Amino acid sequence: MQNTDKPMTRWQRFKDNDIVWSFFHSPGAVIAATIATVVILACIFAPLIAPFDPFDPAQISLWDGKLPPAWVDGGQPQYLLGTDNQGRDMLSTILYGGRLSILVGLAAVCLGMVLGVTLGVVSGYVGGVTDAVIMRIADVQLTIPGILLAILINGIGRVVLPLDMRDEFAVYVVVLAIGLTDWPQFARVTRGATLVEANKEYVQAARIIGLPGWLIMLRHILPNTLRPVLVIATIGLALAIIAEATLSFLGQGIPPTTPSLGTLIRVGNEYLFSGLWWITFFPAIALVVLVFAVNLLGDWMRDALNPKLR
Amino acid sequence: MKLKMLATASATAIMLASPVLAENVLRWTSQGDALTLDPHSQNEGPTNAMNGQIYEALVTRDAALVLQPELAESWSADADGWTFNLRKGVTFHDGSALTAEDVAFSFERALHQASDFKEQAKSVVTVEVIDDYTVKLKTDGANPILPNQLTSIYIMDKGWAETNNVMSPQDFKAEEETYAVRNANGTGPFAVASRAPDELTVLTRNADWWGDDLFPGNIDKIEYRPITNAATRVAALLSGEVDFVLDPPLQDLARIDAADGLGMVTVAQIRSIFFGMDQGIDQLRSSNVEGNPFKDARVREAFNLAMDRDAIQRVVMEGLSFPTGMITPPGVLGNTPDNDPPYGFDPARARALLADAGYGDGFSIQLDCPNNRYNNDEKICQAAVSMLAKIGIDVKLDAIPKAQHFPKIQKRETDFYMLGWGVPTLDSHYVFSYLLAGEGSWNATGYSNGRVDEITAAITSEIDIDKRTKMIVEAWDLVKADMPYVPLHHQVLAWGISDNVDIQIAADDAFRPRFAVMK
Repeated sequence: MQNTDKPMTRWQRFKDNDIVWSFFHSPGAVIAATIATVVILACIFAPLIAPFDPFDPAQISLWDGKLPPAWVDGGQPQYLLGTDNQGRDMLSTILYGGRLSILVGLAAVCLGMVLGVTLGVVSGYVGGVTDAVIMRIADVQLTIPGILLAILINGIGRVVLPLDMRDEFAVYVVVLAIGLTDWPQFARVTRGATLVEANKEYVQAARIIGLPGWLIMLRHILPNTLRPVLVIATIGLALAIIAEATLSFLGQGIPPTTPSLGTLIRVGNEYLFSGLWWITFFPAIALVVLVFAVNLLGDWMRDALNPKLR
Repeated sequence: MKLKMLATASATAIMLASPVLAENVLRWTSQGDALTLDPHSQNEGPTNAMNGQIYEALVTRDAALVLQPELAESWSADADGWTFNLRKGVTFHDGSALTAEDVAFSFERALHQASDFKEQAKSVVTVEVIDDYTVKLKTDGANPILPNQLTSIYIMDKGWAETNNVMSPQDFKAEEETYAVRNANGTGPFAVASRAPDELTVLTRNADWWGDDLFPGNIDKIEYRPITNAATRVAALLSGEVDFVLDPPLQDLARIDAADGLGMVTVAQIRSIFFGMDQGIDQLRSSNVEGNPFKDARVREAFNLAMDRDAIQRVVMEGLSFPTGMITPPGVLGNTPDNDPPYGFDPARARALLADAGYGDGFSIQLDCPNNRYNNDEKICQAAVSMLAKIGIDVKLDAIPKAQHFPKIQKRETDFYMLGWGVPTLDSHYVFSYLLAGEGSWNATGYSNGRVDEITAAITSEIDIDKRTKMIVEAWDLVKADMPYVPLHHQVLAWGISDNVDIQIAADDAFRPRFAVMK
């Protein structure tokens, strides 16, 4: 029937998509998406935007250390948000630090997602002992607070690595620690979706024509379980950024030589008593805004992708 | 019923009695723990300060750094050594009596290969036991400053060492673990009640201490809890969780001083902070260039000229440091107004010197730095990284805890490192023998100047004070010209103290609880 109508352009089809429609009709989502996009883009393009390169020691002048934000008495116009104890421009440091935080968050969520979705689909499709083992491991892991587990994995990672390689590999260790903490959420949701899909006719048809199990899982079941995974991944990104900041704040994460937002907050924390509030305040605000925007986005996505709530 | 009343009555009695029994507990903190309780294993400020509460030496220094009798009541010199008359009736914490045998044993132990006090004790050739309470430390020629060198050579009980198989000091570099590392048996005013390294060390008053009536201190129990994070240390002091912070962050001093019930005291410390450059090795370990640029005096001078010591003083140290051109501070015999002023700050000339030496494009190097030892140590290193970057040197900073940092220096496994040096003897010989003599055990620069070595040996037995001082100054002139180190500044000490305890600050940064009075 549709074929007799005028064919829709791609743009029209995109606009007609229920999710896109829902997006443009919920102001919260639009605002959150805008903020998240601006912050993420600003961080990713930090080398182009930032007025200084905080990691080029030749650009730092110690005499400019501890300057307050530009609008406070004693501030200097070229340092909009002030400088830290070493004379690094706070705005630039936050942009570079945010970049690292976002990258670590994304990488950790990807790791958790790949691991969790794989295990979830296998668990749901194969069933039996495999299912029981995987799900029990996930249950046990869910009973342990994520951050404790991340600290544990991180600690093991540090002990295993020789001392002089720790700084270089700190980022990867943190990604691994957060990713390995994340996976049960993905596994549980995917398993549920897989159980539903596995009994549908198209899967049975695929079985009858003799497709191997892995192909059915990969081609037929996986694409149909991705909607809820997308929701968890978005909220998971916010959680991963927070987890990274927490680890770094505790001194367990990214080393101070290449600071992430959490490391910046930790370093600034030392100066709170002495009244240099901007060293910790602005990175903290950046973290809050970023995480809040991503969270709102995830929230909206959960509603939009859930047919029952529409 | 009767029983219950009895219980109530006795409980009341205890409660009434308790103000009399109340203990004076002093809780204090600083950023790092003593590295070991073995008194001869690590010659390091906080370690000596902790062990000096438990163990005692023949002679000691009071808070004004004046030499005072401790386990020896009196001493006298003659041509081949010094005779010490020991205090009578002194017992170790386990009850055994102090005799001349213990002193002889302790010196043997301090001279052992694994001891970190070899340089200090070196001039003692043998210890002759004259009677139970008299020892003669025989020296190789006359040593005019021997008592000055003994203030941190602590006396151990020979019997206890035999029983616990700790006859030789712990080999710290080899990460050896012995009974003496966590247990101690000294003669001092405090005994170890419990020890959890880096967490909590509890010392209790030694009721049988010989000095009980001689010193004003009234502390019954000391709880030492190291706190790495500077802000947490200040918070602990502000909240009353501790009574005394040995090393509050400099930027918070004003706040501590302004807080109700807290105060701070400052004094110029006997400690200098500097960088060492390894000019001894043929190929640097961490550099991208062939050979060793530090062998070239021009490169070492360039590093010295690149340091903006005034900026470090003003911004990093909050004014609490004295920029310098020497690695030993005023107050130590040998520091002179001629040599003390810093090398100038001249990055342009530094670049020119590097170009002359063939390193116009600079080179890369790793800077090893402690992060829990000196005032703002890591921040000084970060500042140095950016200052050296401006003359084209690409520095990778590795800031690690002192327990991992110091072995790198002692094993000579570092190209470029930060070190601070206090001088308990207040005499340059201590600096020469550890840091400048070719074989000095903390001299990781590989610096070896024949004349400096000669003077280091000669001043141990030169009794003509004028002549001796002249030699010391001559050696410092050579060092100033050779520049094996990049001197930065002399530290200024600042202690944060609660008003309910009276503590005397001392320029050697050692807390002396025997003088501490709780109100």
